[in-house]
Formats: sequence, structure tokens, C-alpha cells
Amino acid sequence: MLNIIDIHKTFNLGTINEKSALNGVDLHLDKGDFCTIIGGNGAGKSTMLNAVAGVWPVDRGAILLNGQNITGLPEHKRAGFLGRVFQDPMTGTAASMEIEENLALAARRGKSRKLGWGITKQEKEKYRELLRVLDLGLEDRMTSKVGLLSGGQRQALTLLMATLQQPNLLLLDEHTAALDPKTAEKVLRVTDQIIEENHLTALMVTHNMKDAIAHGNRLIMMHDGRVILNIAGEEKKKLTVADLLHQFELVSGEEFASDKAILA
Amino acid sequence: MSYFAALNPLNLLNALPGCIAQGIIWGIMALGVYVTFRLLDFADLTVDGSFATGCAVTVMLTLAGVPIPAALLVAIFAGLLAGLVTGLLHTALGIPPILSGILTQIALYSVNLHIMGMAANMALSSQKYNLLVSLMNIPKSILIAGLFALALISLLYWYFGTEQGSSIRATGCNPSMSKANGININFTKVLALSLSNGLVGLAGGLMAQYQGFSDINMGRGAIVIGLAAVIIGEVLGEAILRKHMNFALRLVFVIMGGIIYYIVVGIVLWLKLNSNDLKLFTAIIVAAFLAVPYIQGRRKNSFGRTAKASLAALEARKDKEE
Repeated sequence: MLNIIDIHKTFNLGTINEKSALNGVDLHLDKGDFCTIIGGNGAGKSTMLNAVAGVWPVDRGAILLNGQNITGLPEHKRAGFLGRVFQDPMTGTAASMEIEENLALAARRGKSRKLGWGITKQEKEKYRELLRVLDLGLEDRMTSKVGLLSGGQRQALTLLMATLQQPNLLLLDEHTAALDPKTAEKVLRVTDQIIEENHLTALMVTHNMKDAIAHGNRLIMMHDGRVILNIAGEEKKKLTVADLLHQFELVSGEEFASDKAILA
Repeated sequence: MSYFAALNPLNLLNALPGCIAQGIIWGIMALGVYVTFRLLDFADLTVDGSFATGCAVTVMLTLAGVPIPAALLVAIFAGLLAGLVTGLLHTALGIPPILSGILTQIALYSVNLHIMGMAANMALSSQKYNLLVSLMNIPKSILIAGLFALALISLLYWYFGTEQGSSIRATGCNPSMSKANGININFTKVLALSLSNGLVGLAGGLMAQYQGFSDINMGRGAIVIGLAAVIIGEVLGEAILRKHMNFALRLVFVIMGGIIYYIVVGIVLWLKLNSNDLKLFTAIIVAAFLAVPYIQGRRKNSFGRTAKASLAALEARKDKEE
């Protein structure tokens, strides 16, 4: 399904701000895997997701999706295979456009956009149904501008947009980090629901160890731009936060650097 | 006193139709500015050059015996090319938006001179050629320019409702989201800039006919007039229609903005102010209209206001404690 083979990325090479963000990341996901990614600040979690999304080219290594080598494809061309939800609720939606227009834009991900109507009547009906399932009251506000929605509503909408056209891989980049705990929980519930119903393969970066343990069938921990821990199956089910912290110290020889992740 | 005695209201009234005709044509140009400035969020300064290109192309082709509609089509195409150049400077060469526009604009000055055979201006006689619009026949000009505006508004309304048009709007609104949804934002930017300057080229072609000449300096300040029309139209539209504003009406109000701007210019000229001060005056109008929404917002939401409110709160607490 997803094969990440020894990818490297250094930002600002040769300048005073040089930062080597990925130092040989290897990861393999099978179809239907829901993998959570945890790690301290600067571990390379989001960077890895951006590498898969094609925000910039990697320096070395290969990324294969469904057997296809996508390493050389620019972001907008990979978008056809990928659904993405970002940390900042502002990033995933177009604020000055209507809810239904945003959905219609997402429904055409990976397709060529010609001179057909940007949104059809049948689509509107379909979107109304899908929004009703989200249960956020958005089905009656289809022509409202997305900028009027709350952060949680925007994230739920972005999730819907990312999965409107079944993606081969769903990338969730700390998509609940900017939300209050209650809303975050709700968005996570919707996330689980959508992933399960559509049998999606997903990568979810999170700062929250509990969430990382509670969701998905796999968990990886990153440190210094590498995957240092890879837990799956039964082992993941039995995992506790204390285990994770202990493992981290064993593998990295350091204490876990994020209070937010431990205390959350 | 003699100054006021010389101001004849009838003169102003007589000048009004001419202002309306010119206003509509500049309004068409402003539709182009609207596409880049508002939809793409790209302040495109190419228009000062591409407007004059539209003028020059139309006049030279008409003088060469090309039928007017064909000449206008070429003017549109020339504008499109200018926009394409700006778009490529920005997307392919990474030059910032404003600078890309300025570079094309300055380059077009030479190009336009070449088009006009190195003459700074060329006359186009309305007696010799069957011009679509001309200040010799203002009612007809208002009608034709109005029809052009109407057709273009319909066309833009349709286009920006299509998949492709929507992708341009998304690009202007949120580039990250657009890329994540598979939109090639370099392509949409180039497309929008070309489309915008095509409209500007057409407006230039109409203006050259209306005035009966093409001049190398004709587009100077076009961007500011375009912005004036867009912003006057917006402020006015929001004030009149409030929540009922939709995309088609926004475009109509851009044209209205152009007309109002030219009526104001007409009044300035009627007041016998020096016409050389017009550019200064235009800048002041645009600055004023740009400032209106900001100042309105700040009045509702200022520290001065909260300072006063806080004093009242302190007073109330003091009374309670006593």
C-alpha cells in the first residue's frame, strides 16, 4: 500500500538555519492500516506527512503508493490519491467560499477541471445527506461561507472533503491539536467513523499519547527524523502511556520532550 | 464670485452622458481588475500597459483596414498575452506578484510604441470608420458599451461558476487548500491573469474608439481607476444591498463604480479644477474609499471606545462598593 523507503530531507542546506528533518525514514503500511504517529517536537512527524503529500521534493529515498512511485509527482498531482486534514483549521478549507462549494471542489480532487458546472443539483443533495450524518447542523447552512464556521466544524468539514472521493491514503496532521478537548474528541470520533466505514488507510500525527494508543491498529514513534518504534496488532492493544515513555527513553536515550503529550 | 457665476449646472448635465459612457468602458476594465485583485488576490499592475496595448492594437488594425470586431478580438488576445507574461514571470520565475506586473507594464511601453509605429499617438477618425463607440455619438456609445458590459458580466458569472472558474476562486482564497485538492495553482494563476488582461485589452480597444485616438500614455493610472471602480462599487453595493449581494450583482456594481468614478471626475472638471490634478484627485478618492470599511470597523472596535467603556465599568463597581 504505502512504502516509504529511506527518505531524507534537510531544510536550508548550507545555511546557518540548516535543519536535517528526516534522516532515513522507513515505513510500510498495508491496505486498511490506521497508523498513529507520535514523537516530540521536531521529531519529523509532520515533515514525513508533508513528504508523502509532496509539499516539497525529498532529498533522497522513494515513496510508493499502491506500487506506484510517486516520489517525483508534485503536490497537486498526488492530491488525486491523498486526502488531507491539517493542524490549522484555516488551512483545509476556502473561507470565502460556501460550504457546498468547498465540498464540490474536493469532490473533483484528482480530476481535470473543465467548463462543466462547478456544482450540480444532485451533488447538493448528496452533500446535504453527508453533512446530516456529521450531525453538526451544517446541512441547513450549505450556502454559508466556511469562514463563519468554528474550528471544530471546519475540521469535520475538511475530513468530509478529504474522504468525499475515496483517497488511497488519508493524512491527518495533528488535526485536533487546535481544538478544545471536547471538540477534539468529537472530531476524532468522526475520524474513526469515516475511516472505518470507508476502509481507509490512514496516517495520523498526534501530540496526544492517549489518542495515539486509543486509535488505529498501528503506532509509530519518531525521533530525530527516524522511526524509532513500530508497534502493531495485539502489542498495540495492550500499550499504555507509561510503556510508551519507557520505550522512548530506552530507544532514544533521552527523556520525552513534550509535556503536552504526556499530560494530555 | 465670478468663479461661481461661471459654474453653469447645465454644463454639468450636458457632460453627464459622456461621463456615463466613459464610466462603463472603464468599468469593463475594472471587471478585469476585479478578477485579479478580488478573486485571485493578486494586485496586477500589468493593466496600465495592457490597456494601452488594447488601444494601440485596435487603432492600428482599424487604420490598416481590419474590421472593428476583428481588431477588438486581436486587442483581447494581445491583453491575454500580456497577462500570460506576467503569470509566467510570477509562476515560472518566482518573481513576486507586484513586481511581475510592473515588469510587464514597463516592457509594454516599448511594445506599444512599436505597435503604433513609434508614434506617441495615432488618430482614428469616427467619420472615416464605422466605430462601435464614439464621443461623437454618446447615446449609441452608452448602449453599445452597456451591452458589452452586460454580456461580459453574464460570461464571467457563468465562467466563475464552472469547475475551472471555481478552481481560480479557490486559488485566490486558499492556495494550500487548493493544492491539497489537486488544483495546479500555477496554472490557475496564469489563467486568471490572462483572462483579466484580455478584458483590459478589450476595454482599451473600446476606449481608443470612443476617444478617437490611441496614446502611449492612455493606460497610465488604469490600475488605480480600476481599483477605484471595484472599491466604490463594493462599498456602495454593500451599503445598498447588504446581505443580498451576490456575485452577479458584485460585477454589476463594479461597472456602477466605474460610472460613479467618471461622474465625480466630470464634477471635478466642471468645477474647473486643473485637469492635470486629476491623478492626484483619483488617488485621494481611492484612498478614501479603501479607508471607509477599515475606519467603520475600527469605530465599532476601537481602544478609545473600550477605554470609555472601562471607565463606566469602574464607576459602576465603585458605586457598588460604596
